[in-house]
Amino acid sequence: MRVYAAAAGLAAPGLDGWNASREVLAGRAPYRERPARRPVPALLPAAERRRSTATVHLALQVAHEALENAGLEERGVATVFASSGGDYDTIHQLCQALAAPPRAVSPTRFHNSVHNAGAGYWGIAAGMHAPSTALAGYDGTFAAAMLEAAAQVVVEGDPVLLVVYEQVPPEPLRAHRPLRGEFGAALLLTRERGQGSLAALDVAIEPEPDTASSRMDDPGLEALRGGNPAARALPLLAALARETPATVALDYIDARLLRVRCTPCR
Amino acid sequence: MQPLALIRYSLVSALGRGATQTYHALRQRRGGLRQCDFPHVDFETCTGTVDGLERAPVINALADFDCRNNRLAQLALQQDDFAGAVAEARGRYGAHRVAVVLGTSTSGILETERAYRERDPQGNVLPSWFRYRHTHDTFSVADFTRRYLGLSGPALSVSTACSSSAKVFASAARLIEAGACDAAVVGGADSLCLTTLYGFASLELVSRRQCRPCDAQRDGLSIGEAAGFALLERSDAARGRDGVALLGYGESSDAYHMSTPHPQGAGAALAMRRALASAGLQPADIDYINLHGTATRMNDSVEDRAVAQVFGTATPCSSTKGWTGHTLGAAGIVEAIIACLCIEHGFMPGSLNTRELDPAFSSRVLLGNRDQPVRRVLSNSFGFGGSNCSLVLGVPA
Repeated sequence: MRVYAAAAGLAAPGLDGWNASREVLAGRAPYRERPARRPVPALLPAAERRRSTATVHLALQVAHEALENAGLEERGVATVFASSGGDYDTIHQLCQALAAPPRAVSPTRFHNSVHNAGAGYWGIAAGMHAPSTALAGYDGTFAAAMLEAAAQVVVEGDPVLLVVYEQVPPEPLRAHRPLRGEFGAALLLTRERGQGSLAALDVAIEPEPDTASSRMDDPGLEALRGGNPAARALPLLAALARETPATVALDYIDARLLRVRCTPCR
Repeated sequence: MQPLALIRYSLVSALGRGATQTYHALRQRRGGLRQCDFPHVDFETCTGTVDGLERAPVINALADFDCRNNRLAQLALQQDDFAGAVAEARGRYGAHRVAVVLGTSTSGILETERAYRERDPQGNVLPSWFRYRHTHDTFSVADFTRRYLGLSGPALSVSTACSSSAKVFASAARLIEAGACDAAVVGGADSLCLTTLYGFASLELVSRRQCRPCDAQRDGLSIGEAAGFALLERSDAARGRDGVALLGYGESSDAYHMSTPHPQGAGAALAMRRALASAGLQPADIDYINLHGTATRMNDSVEDRAVAQVFGTATPCSSTKGWTGHTLGAAGIVEAIIACLCIEHGFMPGSLNTRELDPAFSSRVLLGNRDQPVRRVLSNSFGFGGSNCSLVLGVPA
């Protein structure tokens, strides 16, 4: 499937926005791990800002950045939200509350626990009726999201905003899902090449089993890539930042990889 | 879209195991809801429970996946020789060319609820039996199913609350259209758990009695559990097999509120219109609408408004949630399969438990079963976060 990457968003420790991170991703500047900034998204109405969580803020931040970078005024774009575990904090608090009587659950907490909470809040912020979906694919979540988003672009013809995000779970869940470094990234994908397109992306599932997915040269970035399912996007983001032709192999399921051939437009 | 044949389907719900038991329950207007006796539920409500899961662990080879949600999925995979039909498709296309796209909202969170009850006294450690990846994780049911069926094609879980296992049809249709696979197992599973029972109760959306969709006195939903699957292939590849096909799908967002539908039903109407357009059909071509019809005051009013907007007041419609309960992440597949039964048997189920239709409604809600040919059904699934999906199922032209 061929799609075009029009713009990107990014938020992770030491990667504070796509524009600020390009040199690091391209390997032209050193990576330094720093705590991620997490401003509360201004595009949410006040009531939703109060009710929403850090997980939602992460997803909305990168989604918003990608659209800003694309110069897109209109927010009525179809979206694919993807996370392997969703809102771990909310789920933790829910399970704590349910562990003993009175099992008092807050309605806000409950509606925040749905896997598509990010998509829901985005829809409210955007105020448009464009379709959205929310996916999970464990460590292959990003590859699964690329396939879904690319298929939507190719079949429906409209641009799609792909948003992948993953928090570090709190204990006691973290011991059972040991992730490191929260990560969020967004890609605006289109069917046709546009004026500002970053690259053409040819997306295909590798037919033969293979475990040799692309690695990052910088050990800090490689630790991030391996420590968080959303960060499996890093090799593709690095290819986009380098602006040279490259083919990346992304972790998908078991020994299947997703191959993305990246051909810069500039 | 190009029609996709539903080569085989299977379903387990409070109505029983498999198509025949489900059909007879619908025909005989015998609902599956009863007083909730689920452990640790301290309030009065009715649920659609699947019996016998306690005695039906998953197969040994996949023992890590054992949890109520995957037991439900396994039970459904064992009905109506669904696994056999998939094996045939696997042989024809290759295991890597059959996708698995499943919806779930609960996944195996019931296990996590139990693990939290059994935490160490400081609350820092969950018991060693807890297997997060294979039970709670949202991808678990898709992973379990692909291993159970021996498939290695594209796989993902869609988790958009109550529209999950309707949206999987759209996802799979696109994967087939884009050439990523030749066939797809779609469906989903959701199981009873404290999260949804207490969660919906906290929003005051749960009835104490059996739910009464579209009723003047309706006062909330009844939660159910279910698992269902359908095998999709291109109609022309199905080599002249008669049967129901996916003719169209439509998706939209309400963009209004996380747990309340858009008051004018704008998102719902849009999803229905898109589904018709995708199928190349007009509203008058639809013989029956299976409503989302949860029996909450808001959903049913808003859906009625949206249906009347798109279809007018003549198209027969009903909710079947009085039979199964609201099976949440599995509602989409349950009701798609019920739509297939309607088409195959030429009948429409009238809303169960509905005694007096809400006088403010204008759409044509059936209160009793009706026998007549049914060629095309539209099925609605509307979820939290304003995620809407409508499917058109029917006999291709």
